Amino acid sequence: MNKAVNVRDIIKKNIKSKKNKTEKIMPNIFLLSASISILTTIGILVTLIIDSYKFFAEVPVKEIFSINLAPLSKNPSFGILPLINGTIITSLIAMCVAVPVGLTAAMYLSEFASEKSRKTLKPIMEVLAGIPTIVYGFFAYSFVTPLLMRLIPSLEAKNALSPGIVMGIMIIPLVASLSEDAMSSVPNSMREGALALGSTKLEVTLKVVVPAAISGIIASFVLAISRAIGETMIVTIASGSSKTLTFDITQSMQTMTAYIVEFTSGDAGIGTGYYSLYAVGLILFLFTLLMNLIAQYISHKYREEY
Amino acid sequence: MAYQSKLKSDEINNELNDVEHGKTFLNKEITNERMEKRILLDKVARKVFSLSTVFALIVLGILFYRIGTQSIGWLDLKFLTSNLSIFPEKAGIYGAIIGSVWLMAVVIPVTLLLGVSTAIYLEEYANQGKFQSFIKTNISNLAGVPSVIFGLLGLTVFRRLFDLGSSILAGGLTLSLLVLPIIVVASQEAIRAVPGFLRDGAYAMGATKWTTIRTVVLPASLPGILTGCILAISRAIGETAPLVVLGIPTLILRIPDSIMSDFTALPIQIYYWTLDTVLTPQYANLAAATIVVLLVVLLLMNSVAIFIRIKFQRRY
Amino acid sequence: MLTNGGSSQNGVVYDVKGLNLWYGNDQALKDINLKIEENEVTAIIGPSGCGKSTFIKTLNRMVDNIPIVRTSGKIFYHGVNIFDKTVKLEELRTTVGMVFQKPNPFPKSIFENVVYGPKIHGIRNKKQLMEIAEESLKSAALWDEVKDRLHDNAYGLSGGQQQRLCIARSLAIQPDVLLMDEPTSALDPIATNRIEELIDELKNNYTIAIVTHSMQQAARISDKTAFFLMGELIEFSDTKKIFTTPEDKRTEDYITGRFG
Repeated sequence: MNKAVNVRDIIKKNIKSKKNKTEKIMPNIFLLSASISILTTIGILVTLIIDSYKFFAEVPVKEIFSINLAPLSKNPSFGILPLINGTIITSLIAMCVAVPVGLTAAMYLSEFASEKSRKTLKPIMEVLAGIPTIVYGFFAYSFVTPLLMRLIPSLEAKNALSPGIVMGIMIIPLVASLSEDAMSSVPNSMREGALALGSTKLEVTLKVVVPAAISGIIASFVLAISRAIGETMIVTIASGSSKTLTFDITQSMQTMTAYIVEFTSGDAGIGTGYYSLYAVGLILFLFTLLMNLIAQYISHKYREEY
Repeated sequence: MAYQSKLKSDEINNELNDVEHGKTFLNKEITNERMEKRILLDKVARKVFSLSTVFALIVLGILFYRIGTQSIGWLDLKFLTSNLSIFPEKAGIYGAIIGSVWLMAVVIPVTLLLGVSTAIYLEEYANQGKFQSFIKTNISNLAGVPSVIFGLLGLTVFRRLFDLGSSILAGGLTLSLLVLPIIVVASQEAIRAVPGFLRDGAYAMGATKWTTIRTVVLPASLPGILTGCILAISRAIGETAPLVVLGIPTLILRIPDSIMSDFTALPIQIYYWTLDTVLTPQYANLAAATIVVLLVVLLLMNSVAIFIRIKFQRRY
Repeated sequence: MLTNGGSSQNGVVYDVKGLNLWYGNDQALKDINLKIEENEVTAIIGPSGCGKSTFIKTLNRMVDNIPIVRTSGKIFYHGVNIFDKTVKLEELRTTVGMVFQKPNPFPKSIFENVVYGPKIHGIRNKKQLMEIAEESLKSAALWDEVKDRLHDNAYGLSGGQQQRLCIARSLAIQPDVLLMDEPTSALDPIATNRIEELIDELKNNYTIAIVTHSMQQAARISDKTAFFLMGELIEFSDTKKIFTTPEDKRTEDYITGRFG
């Protein structure tokens, strides 16, 4: 064989002389990168725990679980209940919007809509999910609140209702798309059985599809709650910073997230007030972590095997 | 579980059977009347459900319309090219735009490098053991951590521990950690989608593992990785809470010129102007105009992502 | 046409001794003993699941990529046991080329596909690469069809052309042996015919082992034939003999179409 280039010999030489360094180094570089994500989790836990510890060491437990929140007064008090109350109420309002709208939208997309309208509606939903929360915050404060004031004259400029509703709108796509995923994975054979017996689509949806997809649907609700609890800018802007415990949704109330924003953006020096941020952050972190774990557990444990 | 769902469907079938058996005992007129009711209900439900879906569309429309009209008369070239000012008529967002660009100049390389490497490790090197599933669980949990918590992390680690102040670097690193899960998951999917026969082709030529990844796997998964990267950037560019928690100052009059400069960014600007609308109502217009700029940027990025997805759809 | 004549005089390329292979607990190859000789075409036939593909992938240790695979026994390649720790996998695979069932060009240009091997093994000189590409494509009987569009994407080629491109890609690193795993099973009859003609030409310069599901193909192109059944090598001898006077009843049943 007369080859123009003797590739064989060149390769032989190169393979022999080639050091296997990169081959050994690269996996370690990748491992290092992968461990950054673990370091991030550890970093979050360590920062939250260390600085919370300083807080819990200084403030008696009885005070923490009180309704008196006045971090900046001369005689500061750090009751966390108003913040938890504010968080729960705004999240509940959000769920009241997101669950019915999101779930029925999911039913429509999965069971009623034609392939064509599904393909146009879903991306629009995704656009809604991609809008930055600061934009929703502005929208809640400058549009939804004034609009609601016409209906409810007693509504304050900063209140729980408006951000709650807007937060709900923000998480509609989350509920809709996750529930829709769960419903579309219900096999057609189950639907056909019922349809063949003369059930209407609605009956099939409610009696066959939803029960079969229930774990995925519930997981989507839990994730939605987690998202609402952790949402920051909408409530910071539109719900204000009132630290009194109230159940009146026309009034301003502060959430845990809004408290953190208020206290860092003001130049609070290092002190009990500063550490209280981390205590609130830790509680918030545990809340959302718990929700996420529950959602994962539900969708893993009850994953339907058709 | 399979057994339970079988039970469930049996129940349903029984119920439906009952309906059928019942028919023979029922007056046909009654059945017809019931049937009409059921069909009517079905039609109503279809309408209501479709309204739910359209609701999202309507809100989106109102939001765009409202913010668009608020920005009219305020959004012009001067607004884009002049710097901050306490006088609303003179104020512009040049500094904020440059600040956001600088932020992304930190976020993009950091997340790409870390995200893609993590994905390569998880998909190509980690054995399918406990460690891998530990990292995976960890990443999916990180994705669910509220952004404000990342702000606290940045405040403690980057600002106080590493003494980076409220610089672009501190903000960029904080945002990078926040969006890292997005790019990791997207890259993992893209890498997983590279068919085994392409890898085999490379291995059969005597390529080592890393050579195979570098010359075959990464080029083939690049479109997916880029799409994920754009998604991550769109998230990062609109994030406000972590930056506010980091303590990005309210009024920055200097245009940032290095990653150690103090800065302001588009969402921060929107936030402070919104807060101050009580004092100066025109700030609402400035905020709206800034939002339009931010949304246009996001729209452009998403179009690029869609373009990449369509253009590079694989046909192996 | 079928036999190259006096095959025993040629050197032995592969000498497989007592090869066993397991996927987890399932044994896929049982005590295989066989010799592949220089410049011959050895066909490996048998019903699906008989281990013929697994066997050929053991010859360049591609099976190593499957984590659950275990092997025992020895495969001598030019006298060196390829399972030996001192054997560099990459080096083995540069002297043993492989062509797969489904054409698998990389999503790159035709040119980039052909020079992939030389490039990753350190040949950067543009002129050299061009020479290698032309030569390999000519050997794979593809040059005339693609010489004007070397920089087009390889996925624009037809299935048969893609497969010949994959052969060219293997030839570019100038291997001694070509392993082919059902290379024509995804192709139409005309494309198959071209590949068979090509194999006939290539055997002057290369030792070829080909797995095929088609007995006619084995009869047409090979010098020796090995019949595998349920992981065992049932019979191995000259192709002519296998197809005219098989020794084993099972071989006869298979080639007369009684099963498989």
